[in-house]
Amino acid sequence: MSDDADAVNPEAVRHVADLARVDLEADEVEAFTGQFADILEYFETLDEVPEVEREADLTNVMRPDEVRDSLDREAALQNAPETEDGFFKGPNVS
Amino acid sequence: MADTIFITDERIDGDADADGPLTGRTVAIKDNISTEGVRTTCGSAMLEDYVPPYDATVVSRLKDAGATIVGKTNMDEFGMGTTTETSAFGPTDNPAAPGHVPGGSSGGSAAAVAAGEAELALGSDTGGSIRCPAAFCGVVGIKPTYGLVSRYGLVAYGNSLEQIGPFGETVEDAAALLDVITGPDDRDATTRAVELDGESYADAATGDVDGLTIGVPTELVEGADEGVVDTFWDAIAELEAQGAEYHEVSLPSVEHAVEAYYVIAMSEASSNLARFDGVRYGPATDADGNWNETFAAVRKEGFGDEVKRRILLGTYALSAGYHDKYYKKAQDARAWVKQDFDEALSEADVLASPTMPVTPFEQGESLDDPLQMYLADANTVPVNLADLPAISVPAGESDVDGLPVGLQLVGPSFGEERLIRAASALE
Repeated sequence: MSDDADAVNPEAVRHVADLARVDLEADEVEAFTGQFADILEYFETLDEVPEVEREADLTNVMRPDEVRDSLDREAALQNAPETEDGFFKGPNVS
Repeated sequence: MADTIFITDERIDGDADADGPLTGRTVAIKDNISTEGVRTTCGSAMLEDYVPPYDATVVSRLKDAGATIVGKTNMDEFGMGTTTETSAFGPTDNPAAPGHVPGGSSGGSAAAVAAGEAELALGSDTGGSIRCPAAFCGVVGIKPTYGLVSRYGLVAYGNSLEQIGPFGETVEDAAALLDVITGPDDRDATTRAVELDGESYADAATGDVDGLTIGVPTELVEGADEGVVDTFWDAIAELEAQGAEYHEVSLPSVEHAVEAYYVIAMSEASSNLARFDGVRYGPATDADGNWNETFAAVRKEGFGDEVKRRILLGTYALSAGYHDKYYKKAQDARAWVKQDFDEALSEADVLASPTMPVTPFEQGESLDDPLQMYLADANTVPVNLADLPAISVPAGESDVDGLPVGLQLVGPSFGEERLIRAASALE
C-alpha cells in the first residue's frame, strides 16, 4: 500500500497478508482491496489531530522474582495438534 | 433460543460449601474467558477444540463466591464485531427484539440474561462490547475502569483497552457481580485495590440522584437516530425530576475517537493474535511447507473475515513508514480524548449519552460494510480510550421502531459507585 489510501491495490493487500502470515483466496484479496481503501481513507482524518502532551502517571508493578509452581508439562501440551517426547512439534523452520 | 446463546452449555458448579455472595445464583460466561476443563473458543474455528488448563481469575472468584456457571456464551470472533454475527458458530437472536442482532461482541452474555437463561453474565469490553449488547438486549452492563478487574485468563484482543465486566437484569445485580470479580491480582499487573465509599458496589444502587450534575456531550447525541435521541432526553428528564441537573458539554476530540480506537485495537490485535499458529493449540493441518507457509495456511482456515481484516490493517498500521502516520497519531488522539473527558468530569459528576446511536440492526444487515459497522461504536469507544468506567442502563424503547435504547453514564476513574447510584434511579 502506498502513502495514498486511494492507491490500495491487490498486490499491497497480498504483501500485508504475507507479513501477517495469513493466506488469502483471490476473492478475499479483491474484497479487502475495496474495503481497506475506504477504511484507510477514513483513518486519514487522524491527520487533523493536534500533537498532544501525554502525561501518563504510571507506576511499575513488580513482584519478587521467586520460583513458584506453573502448569505441568502434560497440561501445557494437551491442546497441541502434535507433540513429541514432551515437546511441541512444529513445522520445519526452512 | 438457548442453542444460539451458548457455544458450550456445560454446567460448572461453584464451591458447594461456600456460603458466598453468589450461592444459588447462575452466571453465563463469555467464551473468551478461560474455564479449566471446559472449552473456550472465542467464537473462532481456530479454538474450536481448545480446552484451557486453568481458570481465569474472575472464574476462580465466581466459584469461590458459590456461583453456578451455566455455559459459555456466543460472541463475535475474538471480540471483533458489534453484532455477534462474526462468530464461527452462527448468530444469536435478540430475546428483546426477535429477528434483530443482540449487539456485540458479548451478545450471547446479554442475550442469556435477557432470555432468563442466566441471572447474571460476564462479558468483556474493548470498545463497547459489554455496553452495546446491554443496550440492544434491554439489560444492564458495566465496563469497569481499566485496572479494576483482573484479565488473567481473558484471551487478549486489544489489551490496552479491554476490561471484563458484568451484566444483570438490574443495576444492583450487575453491581453485586462486580463486587465478586474486582480486586488486585498478582497475575495482572494492571490491577489495583480500590477503596470504596460504601460497603459494596451493590449497596450503591440507592437510586439517589438528588444534586447530581450530569454533563451531556453534544457530539455523542447529535449523531444518533431520532427515536434514540427522544428516548435519551426522556431519561434525562426523569433524572431531573428526581433532583439531578444537566448541562451540555463539548468534547471535540471524540470526533476522532473511532479512527483512533480502530488503529490502536487493530494494531494490538495483529500482535496478540500472532500466537495462533497451530502449534501450541489450534487446528491440525496437513499443509506442506516451511514454518511461515504452514502458519499462513492454518490462519487462513482458522480465522474469519473480520479477524483477518483487523490483523491485516493492524499489521499495515504498524509497518515501517506508516507507524507515525497511523499509530502515533492515534495515540495523540487517545491522549486528547482523555484530557477532554477529565475536563468535562471536573464540572459534572457523570456524563450521559445514548449508549448506541442506533437501535438493534436486523440480522444480516450490517455485515457487508465493515466501516459502517465501526461507526456504530462512536459513543462507546471514547470511554475505552480514556480508561474510564461506564454503565449502560435501559432507557426505554424508541418511539420510532419500538426497539430497546440504552443510556450510557460515564464517570471518573474508579467512580463505579457513582455510576451505579445514578443508573439505579432509572429503574
